[in-house]
Amino acid sequence: MTSLSDNLHLLTPEFALAVLAFLVFAIDLFLPEDRKGYLGWVSIAGLLALIVVSLVMLWGEEESLYDGLLAVDDFALFFKVFFMGMGVFIILTSMDFVEDRLEHRGEFYGLLLFSILGMNLMAQSRELLTAYIALELLSFSLYVLAAYAKDDAKSNESALKYIIVGAVSSAILLYGVSMVYGVLGVTKFEDIAAGLAVASEVSPALWVGVGLILVGLMFKISAVPFHMWAPDVYEGAPYPVTAYLAIGSKAAAFALVLRLAAEGFVPAADRWEQWQIILAVLAALTMLLGNLVALAQKNLKRLMAYSSIGHAGFILAGIAALSLDSDLASNGVMFYLVGYSITNLVVFAALISFFNMTGKETITDLGGLADHQPFLAAALAMGLFSLAGLPIFAGFTMKFYLFTAVANEGFLWLAGLAVFSSLISLYYYLQILRQVYIEPTPASDGGGDLLEDYPALTKRTSLTLLTVLGSGMAGIIWLGIYPKPLIDAIEAASRAVMS
Amino acid sequence: MMNDFDQVALLLLILVPLAGSLMMMFMPGDQSKESWYFAIFVAGISLILSLLVFFRYDYDAGGFQFIRTYEWLPGPLDINLALGIDGISAPLVLLNGVVLFGGVLISQTITHRIRDFFVLLLALSAGVFGTFAVRDLFFLFFFYELAVLPMYLLIGVWGSSTDFGTFLRTKEYGAMKLILFLVAGSILVWIGILALYVEASDNSAATFSLQGLAQLSESGQFDETFQTWVFPLFMVGFGVLAGLWPFHTWSPDGHVAAPTAVSMLHAGVLMKLGAYGIIRVGMFLLPEGAENWMPVLISLGTVNVLYGAVSAMSQNDLKYIIGYSSVSHMGYVLMGIATLDNVGVGGAVLQMVSHGLMTALMFLLVGSVYHRTHTRDITVLNGLASRMPVNTFFFAIAGLASLGLPGLSGFIAEFMVFTGAFRTYLPLAILAVIGAALTAVYILRLLARTFMGEADERWADLTDASPMEMSVGGAFVAIIIFIGVWPAPLMRVINVGVQTIPGV
Repeated sequence: MTSLSDNLHLLTPEFALAVLAFLVFAIDLFLPEDRKGYLGWVSIAGLLALIVVSLVMLWGEEESLYDGLLAVDDFALFFKVFFMGMGVFIILTSMDFVEDRLEHRGEFYGLLLFSILGMNLMAQSRELLTAYIALELLSFSLYVLAAYAKDDAKSNESALKYIIVGAVSSAILLYGVSMVYGVLGVTKFEDIAAGLAVASEVSPALWVGVGLILVGLMFKISAVPFHMWAPDVYEGAPYPVTAYLAIGSKAAAFALVLRLAAEGFVPAADRWEQWQIILAVLAALTMLLGNLVALAQKNLKRLMAYSSIGHAGFILAGIAALSLDSDLASNGVMFYLVGYSITNLVVFAALISFFNMTGKETITDLGGLADHQPFLAAALAMGLFSLAGLPIFAGFTMKFYLFTAVANEGFLWLAGLAVFSSLISLYYYLQILRQVYIEPTPASDGGGDLLEDYPALTKRTSLTLLTVLGSGMAGIIWLGIYPKPLIDAIEAASRAVMS
Repeated sequence: MMNDFDQVALLLLILVPLAGSLMMMFMPGDQSKESWYFAIFVAGISLILSLLVFFRYDYDAGGFQFIRTYEWLPGPLDINLALGIDGISAPLVLLNGVVLFGGVLISQTITHRIRDFFVLLLALSAGVFGTFAVRDLFFLFFFYELAVLPMYLLIGVWGSSTDFGTFLRTKEYGAMKLILFLVAGSILVWIGILALYVEASDNSAATFSLQGLAQLSESGQFDETFQTWVFPLFMVGFGVLAGLWPFHTWSPDGHVAAPTAVSMLHAGVLMKLGAYGIIRVGMFLLPEGAENWMPVLISLGTVNVLYGAVSAMSQNDLKYIIGYSSVSHMGYVLMGIATLDNVGVGGAVLQMVSHGLMTALMFLLVGSVYHRTHTRDITVLNGLASRMPVNTFFFAIAGLASLGLPGLSGFIAEFMVFTGAFRTYLPLAILAVIGAALTAVYILRLLARTFMGEADERWADLTDASPMEMSVGGAFVAIIIFIGVWPAPLMRVINVGVQTIPGV
């Protein structure tokens, strides 16, 4: 038996990330109010350094730590780099907003770092309780972040809803874990797979246990019918936090679901076929409902919330299509997560930039944006076209890849439905673009011209947001035209879990 | 040196407009004329490339030429950027080059956000070139969608609304209707592609290569039930873009709302993408399905011809008349395809080229009239001939080509389609000939109302088409007459392509 400390160095990035987070909190105590912005840069520098360290140290590593509780493999590394990279861009996106509109600015970055640590651990967990703790680390950071605009009633309401729903879903998840443990006596993913495979007749308690775990996780990825919290929370939370919820926490939840399914359920082939159908139905409901309800939205954040529910449906379809025969579906899910995150980042960065200038967040406020902010308008157009799944953007290739994988697993009807839902989504994305490009600038609340009330609208977008938008747009086109380098990395990550 | 050119010809054909579009995004000054000059430059290179490709296509050798394959995503999906054109796509590539160049040249009337206009227009034409030049199902769909995507903004931002007195057809309406119809069509195509891929991956290595799929089809991988089930997805899905009745309603509204250059490209070239898709994907990969569904397609095509013609007869708006005439003429294309007869299909391809030229010319001329008179209502316009003689002459040529006057391109194309149809579906062929007679009615009505008669004094100061419009229009007229008088060079190439279609 190996000693616990043998391979501990493989967790250096996690330890370092925790230290970095504490460091940010500590420095925050001593920094004068006008210099708190430095902490954002400290966090970015730390994350970038950790990305490099992880890549150098962990490339090709195939290890299990703590007697199989945590995995150090290409799958974990892929998501680690992805999450930390997203973290860098989210911080860049938030800086102006945090500077102008929030208090306790230093802690904002500290909490973000903790949530990223939680996400990293979620991608590494190979055991239910470890996964649960990682998930809670992420969730608790997010509860606080959602409430960050402390004088804004909406933000408080949003955080409260989030905590309550989050706590309930965590409780459901935990109850499910306990029932699975009660029946099988194990909590490691691979042992669950083994237990499911040999159990000649699955007991009702096991069904309920697995079902409850599923429900708990569906809450986290806001799949129908457990999606109700998402629009309210997205609408109330401060803008960058909304972006973070839509991008980071969703991707992390899917990383966990992907590993759990791939290691814990797919190997139990017969049982998995039953679960596939349930997941496929949930995916179908999610994509249809998310996209249909989005049609009726007037608030941009709510719209993006429903849109993200719709996209969760697509990704869930990919999860349902996981199989032992081919890695196509897990590749597709990861490709979609990356492409979707980059695209959403661009859309949110453009919307946040607009919000920083005007403080407005309904669709009609965007009228005439192309006339005074052509770059923002172009970024928004590119992002929305990509989300709708049109070439030459990431959205087209990722949807094509994922839907092909879904169809290939025998779910042609689900792939067809996904394609159809994309058409619905195109309609509401175009409604936004119609405001941006075709409609004139609306009157402001005071009755005057929006431009007169918000002179900032004619200024340039800040450098940090320009960085995000520029690199994001380059990423969208890169993934849309030549995704092979990313797919290569994804295939390596897939092999690690789909053995 | 020319052999080196052959290696990269098709890649350049796609990349030049695409790179031009991307480069232009970063050009300063949204309102400056420089964007227009740059677009002319890019479109000019595209035209030269498409001319070279067409004339260097060796019709004695036949088959796919300029073949080049770039690895894109090997492995389980097997998607590669496989390029190559055959006798069917070569004339269409040339058509796109010509119409694009003409469309860009006469676009100096665009004064609002000039740069963005050409960014989108060039992206669109890259999509069209790409669709014609690839031999891979993924990339065919990729470029097909790319050609559709910019339409919403092109119409929504630079288009015009039409006031019918009792109601208003806004450009937003036209744009949204067009994009939703077309994307709905491409959903069917997408589902069809997925079905093909899944069926192909059964017991053999999956692929998106059109050649690979065609070989599988020949070896009987797709049984008749499957083909019969999947072919209509492509027929209707691509058919939407080809203006297939009853899914044509986006077409008049969209064309009317679009600015001139966009109408030219869209009616002239983009609608052909639909017909091309039916041939390239439907007929090459699913010949048995095609055979089973052709009676339906030829019936719908006949309805297209008659319905489009009757609708055009009752319109008073110049652009609506041409829009419906496009629906009617695309009917001949669909009929020709559906005959599964080598003369008929050849006629369909020729009709694509011929209609592309004459409809682009008509939209150009209407744009020129509208720019000067600010109306397209033929009850208001009259006697323009005395003020705009050149415009009138060109319009007459385009109109006569469209009603099938011998000596102009439309005659040969329609004659071939009729011949094919007479051999296969006699009653429908007779109906289609009646449709051709109806064309004469609405074309002559349009010419008489708009250009003949006493000129209203309101039009006293009217000037003729600008030199630019004259030269572009003149070039189009020359090509229409050339094809009408001596179609052999074009037909040689087309026949080589048509012969390779299985089941024809």
